[in-house]
Amino acid sequence: MGVNSFWGTPAGWTLLTVGQILAILVWILISLAFMLWGDRKVWAGVMLRKGPNVVGPFGLLQSFADFLKFVLKEVIIPSGADKAVFLLAPLISFTLAFGAWAVIPLAPGWVVSNINVGILYIFAISSLGVYGIIMGGWASNSKYPFLGGLRSAAQMVSYEVSIGFVIITVILLSGSLNLQTIVEKQAGGFWNWNVLGGAGLKGLPAALIMIPMSVIFFVSALAETNRPPFDLPEAESELVAGYQVEYSSTPYLLFMIGEYANIVLMCALISILFFGGWQAPFPTPFTTSWNPTAASFFAFMWLFAKIIFFFFLFAMVKAIVPRYRYDQLMRLGWKVFLPTSLVAVAAIGAWRVFGPVS
Amino acid sequence: MILQAIAFYLLAATTVAAGLAVISARNPVHSVLFLITAFFSAAGLFVLLGAEFLAMILVVVYVGAVAVLFLFVVMMLDVDFAELRRGSARYLPIGLAVAGLLTIEMIFVAVSVAANGAAAHSTGPGLQQGSVTNAEAIGRVLYTDYVYVFQAAGVVLLIAMIGAIVLTLKHRVGIKRQDVGRQTARTPATGMRIVSIKSGEGIDA
Repeated sequence: MGVNSFWGTPAGWTLLTVGQILAILVWILISLAFMLWGDRKVWAGVMLRKGPNVVGPFGLLQSFADFLKFVLKEVIIPSGADKAVFLLAPLISFTLAFGAWAVIPLAPGWVVSNINVGILYIFAISSLGVYGIIMGGWASNSKYPFLGGLRSAAQMVSYEVSIGFVIITVILLSGSLNLQTIVEKQAGGFWNWNVLGGAGLKGLPAALIMIPMSVIFFVSALAETNRPPFDLPEAESELVAGYQVEYSSTPYLLFMIGEYANIVLMCALISILFFGGWQAPFPTPFTTSWNPTAASFFAFMWLFAKIIFFFFLFAMVKAIVPRYRYDQLMRLGWKVFLPTSLVAVAAIGAWRVFGPVS
Repeated sequence: MILQAIAFYLLAATTVAAGLAVISARNPVHSVLFLITAFFSAAGLFVLLGAEFLAMILVVVYVGAVAVLFLFVVMMLDVDFAELRRGSARYLPIGLAVAGLLTIEMIFVAVSVAANGAAAHSTGPGLQQGSVTNAEAIGRVLYTDYVYVFQAAGVVLLIAMIGAIVLTLKHRVGIKRQDVGRQTARTPATGMRIVSIKSGEGIDA
């Protein structure tokens, strides 16, 4: 029995998949540790503070110290809480945030599950994310968490609608629900990226629609991940900490890591849908002669750079923009983004049928 | 194949167990959570059947939107479910009749599928297996053969939505509302008035 035939058997296949999942999980968790540090540094920089600078060089190991602190503390469960649901909620948040990474193409061929409905899968998983928050808010049996849970339920359902329509415009341009195909269609330089119409010079008029769509996606992603200025479910000046008031120790940590994993996921999605995913911003014919692994790694670095760039934008928004009022949030979602993206879907549909690119 | 079998039995068992838990759970919120579990594992069964598009739509629409609103309402309402349960014996015969009817229907479908194979029942012209993905196959059937029915279904939903809005929309007079356009159009010239006040006199508006 050769090596290749072993990986074809159910046991080998399972082992291989578990290995890939672990590799991605470890990569995300380690990147998250440093991105969290970066987030706090950016935030501090805007406020003219120093930020974390004690643990390790430049405070780089701060996240690991925080991790140890969270894990070693006692888990406190409120006496009136629904214990099972209370503990299930952070687990759901955490699992779903990482489950969505299964279909994200990290480089040519580097994806755990290259399914045909990849983008729908992500959409489905991210629409489930609200359960972690609403369950946590309800199970705490306390007023502030409950209000936070209700707020987040309404907020996430609202912004999901416009995210859905924005995704449809991208699907119309690419003609595929498969994320790997969506990325491959944007090959050959930044002028082929979906944000600029996805077809070089001929597709450029579509950029008039796609640039606003990418902005709408970015803002909706902020609302979907409960980031400032849309962090109303956990608004500290109104709800103390919203749905996570009663959480401590590891359950709180799971909520927080889940939230950040979702943010990084959204950054990856923006890169993939609008900014070419793992494609370099210039034609890369020279990589064809490279070792495939080296070429994939080269592509992966581009995706990683884009993710970090969008994460930086997320951090800047958190530092700069003041929090929305709840009715303004709803107004923006339903009265501005929804009609705009709906018109954009029709316009892109017409562009695909009657435009020069077919 | 063995992995598929394991996945099937796991998902099927979860669906049935969650379905039972929906009607036996004492807490209504737990019932809704079990209902969500049932939806989710049903979506898993769809994936095993190769209908991944339907599975994703099931999760997005039912689990991601409908069940959230359901949960929302159940959490907000203070319904005494013990009181409601007391009358359940009266409705038991009707419930049993509906359940029996559904079981008989399902047996018929299962028997005919077992006899003729599932492919014999798919009449759509765009459903040739293998060449197209199933999102594409559904799209082709939905927007060609069944386009009028599809549009009619959309109109029915739209009417329901408008109906709900009409029922809840109230125009009360005398309340202050935010007008964003007016707010942003405000300038210092229109927004404030500079007065010089003599000490000890004050101003009258």
